[in-house]
Amino acid sequence: MTAAPPTRTKTMTMVAAINDALALALETDPAVHIFGEDVGVMGGVFRATDGLQARFGTERVFDTPLAEAGIVGMGIGMGLAGLKPVAEIQFAGFLYPALDQILSHLGRYRHRTRSRYHLPMVVRAPYGGGVHTPEQHADSPEAILAHTPGVKVVIPSTPRDAKGLLLAAIEDPDPVFFFESIKLYRSVKEEVPEGHYTVPLGQARVVTQGDDVTVICYGGMVEVATRAAEAARAHGIGVEVIDLRTLVPLDTDTILESVAKTGRVVVVTEAPRTGGFHSEISAIIAEEAIEHLQAPIVRVTGFDAPYPPFTSIEDVYRPNPVRVAKAIRQVMAY
Amino acid sequence: MFQLVTPEGTVPQPDLLPDVPTRLRLYRLMRRARHFDERAWVLYRTGRMGVFPPYGGMEASQVGTAAALTHDDWLFPTYRDTGAALTYGLPIPQTIAYWRTSPHGWAMPQNLKVLPFYIPIATQYPQAVGAALAEKRQGTQNVAMAYIGDGGSSEGDFHEALNFAGALDAPCVFVLQNNGWAISVPTRTQTRATNLSRRAEGYGIPGVRVDGNDVLATYHVTREAVERARRGEGPTLIETVTYRIKPHTVADDPSRYRTEADTAGWDAKDPVLRLRTHLLAQGHLTEEDDAAITRDIEAEFEAALKEADAYPEPTPAEIVDHVFAEPTPQLRRQRAQLLAEEEA
Repeated sequence: MTAAPPTRTKTMTMVAAINDALALALETDPAVHIFGEDVGVMGGVFRATDGLQARFGTERVFDTPLAEAGIVGMGIGMGLAGLKPVAEIQFAGFLYPALDQILSHLGRYRHRTRSRYHLPMVVRAPYGGGVHTPEQHADSPEAILAHTPGVKVVIPSTPRDAKGLLLAAIEDPDPVFFFESIKLYRSVKEEVPEGHYTVPLGQARVVTQGDDVTVICYGGMVEVATRAAEAARAHGIGVEVIDLRTLVPLDTDTILESVAKTGRVVVVTEAPRTGGFHSEISAIIAEEAIEHLQAPIVRVTGFDAPYPPFTSIEDVYRPNPVRVAKAIRQVMAY
Repeated sequence: MFQLVTPEGTVPQPDLLPDVPTRLRLYRLMRRARHFDERAWVLYRTGRMGVFPPYGGMEASQVGTAAALTHDDWLFPTYRDTGAALTYGLPIPQTIAYWRTSPHGWAMPQNLKVLPFYIPIATQYPQAVGAALAEKRQGTQNVAMAYIGDGGSSEGDFHEALNFAGALDAPCVFVLQNNGWAISVPTRTQTRATNLSRRAEGYGIPGVRVDGNDVLATYHVTREAVERARRGEGPTLIETVTYRIKPHTVADDPSRYRTEADTAGWDAKDPVLRLRTHLLAQGHLTEEDDAAITRDIEAEFEAALKEADAYPEPTPAEIVDHVFAEPTPQLRRQRAQLLAEEEA
């Protein structure tokens, strides 16, 4: 399926790259169906599905009634019966009514039927803060999904990755949650290959190389960590930023290789602090690479409180380059 | 409430009866379902079956509905719908294995579109809508049938599914088995509604209320609902009014929440006896025929039990199998650990 990456490129935002991937998937595979709230006529609240219904028809791209459990549950049935459902949940913070469908069924259908049935379903959801959304619109629930057996979790941080990872997710035979940073939708642009290519699930990306500190992050935090790394470099500290890209499957090799080199680790997420995926990363490093550590691992995270809808203090909750830079200095000074 | 055969065996609308071979087929299927239920109970008591939710007394509700399907259609059964799954075609050895918690019972046969029994309440309803919609999108006339109980109809998923099916015109048949109890909670505590089929009206789809102990009636209304769905006329909700004579599961003690008198009235409405009385009275069945059916059913079950007994036990590594098509590095490592522990 995957040929050599196309050579022609086009400057795209992340949301445009996602739209491009969805159009390609609809074009190449008649089993692909896109549905959710407002994805049809309106093209999605962030316009990720813009123009797709007009191009592919109301059977392939359709609006559903407003009910998240219904959307995911119906998608499961569609997947069972031979389609490739690509559902959009309008905001990741609206996933919660569908958790019964996800935890009880989506993640365990293959297991509970010993592979008689499998669910090649993708659930896309915008996540995270940074753009002053109303209450409940900025949540980062990725750890809940990563803790759910049988589902994969993908969180791109660049337009190029977003397109390649989304195509890989749609082609994957198992359920994939695809979280898209609202902050990154339109704030970054880059050259994105035209046509079909995939970025394989389970391979982290080394964003910047460095010998002193490893900063591990994903999604909306990659930009924040990269800016902190640039500031540290000005002070002579070499920071290796690792973008995980996918939490499940997790590329532990890239993490452990980097830790062996640097011996110092900062993990960054915008999710609440306790029990987050950053804690899993910290535990893996503690179990498998503690002999390399020259300082305690530092986590830079949100707080154990709901994401604040208060514009003036939102940036205190969500990690920023200053907080990450402080953590880098902290592990260097130990 | 729609009825074709009264408990006394009289037939108010003889022109609506299915033909005699169909009536005999339904009788045999009910006898077969009841035999499984009775044998499962005994096997549990002797340690040869896991916890099992009995359905005895509800055969007309399950057999009459499931018998209206073909193997191109989908069946989404709850944990109490073993009778429906057997009727649809789930082989007895695998059904035994399922309730023995053996992986051999969890792998549903390739040639059937039946899902494993659903434990979470009502979650299968939206899934049936999706399967029905997928069939329609792929240009077939196949339908999806999903079961629920009166308790399950309180769940949000039930309401979302009826609404989705109506709004998206999915060829779905929703069976709501009103059997009076959600473990210890009677229907009157569950809801103020007294006619659950009328819930369909709220979603713009037809609702039918049928005597759930009259297999000819459940078969008749389900056939009509299936045909409507096949013709592209959309979903139907069927409320089968029946009674859970048996406990919630073989491990449940119903004397804590209901009296024997509550149940006794329903014994007289036994669906198997009702059809038997009718068939004997009409001369379509003799005592000798009936004895032959008994012998056949018993022999079939004993052979199936032998087959199920021969299934090997699972190995610990099966815990981490069948999670993804390709195991993640994490799962591969965990599998290696399990194998190493097995060898140690």
